[in-house]
Amino acid sequence: MKLYDSVELAARNLRESVLRNSLTTLGIAVGVASLVAMLSLGVGLQRMASRRLKSSGLFDTVLVTSRRDMRAFNREQEMNGPSPAESPDLDDAARRKIENIPGVVEAYPELRFITELRYEDKPHLTMVGGMAFSSKDGDGFEGMQGGFFSSRSAHEAILQKSLAAELLGKTSARGLDEIRVADVAKPLLGKQIVMRYAERSSSAEAKDSASYSVISHELALTIVGVTDLDPDSVRGPARARLFIPEQLLEGLHVMQAYDYRDTTRATSASPAYTTVIARVSNAGKVDSVEQAIKKMGFNTFSILDANKGLQRLFKILDLFLGIFGSLALTVASIGIVNTLVMAILERRREIGIMKAIGASDQDVRGLFFAEAGAMGLLGGVFGVALGWVIGRVINFGTNVYLSRQGFPPEQIWAVPWWLVAFAMGIALFVSLVSGLYPASRAARLDPVQALRYE
Amino acid sequence: MGNSTIRAVDGITLEIRAGEFVALLGASGSGKSSLLNLIAGLDSPTSGSVRSGDHVLAQLSREALAKYRRHTVGMVFQSFNLIPSMTVLENVELPLRFAEVERSQRGAMASSALERVGLSGRLRHRPIELSGGEQQRVALARALVNQPKILLADEPTGNLDSRTGTEVMQLIRTLNESLQMTVVLVTHETALAEKYADRMIFLADGKIVADQRNAAKVPARGDA
Repeated sequence: MKLYDSVELAARNLRESVLRNSLTTLGIAVGVASLVAMLSLGVGLQRMASRRLKSSGLFDTVLVTSRRDMRAFNREQEMNGPSPAESPDLDDAARRKIENIPGVVEAYPELRFITELRYEDKPHLTMVGGMAFSSKDGDGFEGMQGGFFSSRSAHEAILQKSLAAELLGKTSARGLDEIRVADVAKPLLGKQIVMRYAERSSSAEAKDSASYSVISHELALTIVGVTDLDPDSVRGPARARLFIPEQLLEGLHVMQAYDYRDTTRATSASPAYTTVIARVSNAGKVDSVEQAIKKMGFNTFSILDANKGLQRLFKILDLFLGIFGSLALTVASIGIVNTLVMAILERRREIGIMKAIGASDQDVRGLFFAEAGAMGLLGGVFGVALGWVIGRVINFGTNVYLSRQGFPPEQIWAVPWWLVAFAMGIALFVSLVSGLYPASRAARLDPVQALRYE
Repeated sequence: MGNSTIRAVDGITLEIRAGEFVALLGASGSGKSSLLNLIAGLDSPTSGSVRSGDHVLAQLSREALAKYRRHTVGMVFQSFNLIPSMTVLENVELPLRFAEVERSQRGAMASSALERVGLSGRLRHRPIELSGGEQQRVALARALVNQPKILLADEPTGNLDSRTGTEVMQLIRTLNESLQMTVVLVTHETALAEKYADRMIFLADGKIVADQRNAAKVPARGDA
């Protein structure tokens, strides 16, 4: 029998027992829907996490450290790289070399220091960090109040919410989450803050560049922005609470914690940095830049490294969500087997007639297979639609909850085309596998026995 | 008890010539239908063989047997065995689907078979909407549609009143005479066999007890 004849006869048979077949199809649809809902949640969460990481601006950033400072981010690099003694200094020359690697837009040292600020004549101890002007183009300033630095070396500061709250003397019993950026930004924007710092000054009488004087200074800064978290780092609030333009900070020659290390350095007299940040023109080049820097003998770290671990986590999450989703589909497939076995009992005589008038085993098998496949396909279509609706409802519910908690809405759920195709394919596959036993049982029916059956 | 062996057809040697109209007669359980099933290739003998034309049925695969049933034999049953969910036309078309006849030709072939049995006006009806005689004629059209060489009829008038039964039997005889179709008729009515068959074979306990030519056969035009 030709395929379209099998399909046509199968459709006719399905219509004959419409209630039972509809219920079986509904069972498959619920199974597929649970699979789609679970996996779309997994995909959505993964996309949300990737989006967050991308907007952190670090997708196009490589952190470079010297092995001599024992600051490896990666144990594997520690094992495979050159020994610390053979690793070069991460000094200004190295910085220029990194900047010349194709794909690197700029390379600058990560500078930060603990100091005391003065706001309205009250002292506040905090960490100050530099922020590259190119960060401006990142998406990390979501929810920031005020604006970015007006120039590369403007005497301006961006505060983190926690520092802003401290300056204003605001505290909340329920933690920082209760404090809104807008509330603390309003009284602070445009105000002056005085930052003290210690300058490392190479004096003329010094014997070499590793000898220096330390001079104390004060610098007035205008508060131009307040952010929720550190917008330029996945290391989040730990990095610093007050940011000034990177170029301004470099020009100040602020004494760094590692400057003491310079005076004890055996091989080189030039100042060396703990960490150099290389900005790459686009995320696709991060890997090649990382490789080039590693060849120079330095350790590197990029968000892609962290993302690999994250991707593994999401794969495991997907697997578990998929398993839970598949349970319902398994139950549904038992429903198909049951429906078709019942159909064989009911249509025993019909099968006998068909065989008597020339149907082969293959024809009968094909017919039952087509019935299982049709139920699977229909169940798949309805299941994907149902899963989509469930996902939308979950998304809507989550966003209602988020907005009540004062967070912006999120897309925690996504149904990509591959998931639609996958779910339909699974539905068809599961139903065909479920049809395997009933179909072969029907095909093996003895026509003489079947014709006697009343 | 349940596991004792019953020989439904036992030690039968029988030759039926092409174009013959043979009646298999006997009481219930005499083995008539079992013999018919062996000829149809629906059943296979535990020993011995059934030869039909060039085919030795026991040597055919299940697929080849299905093909044999599709093209060489047509079957009519006492209880009509039409598929209730299908219309008259669809029932007659069904063997053509198994024979993979193109959809465009199927309608014409089925209509022509139904016309031959005088049912061209009931194509869209369901079997349940027809009388017993009409249903048996649909079954006959279905058996004919693939133009088989052998027609096997198992008590075709068993569920019909005598007038309708006569109509059906006349049809079968016409097919036998006009198309030179071999007919094997299973019946327990000797009178019916005497009226239509060329040859009458009597069975009892699975054995042939008599095999005789039928001198009393009524000519085709004289039995109205």
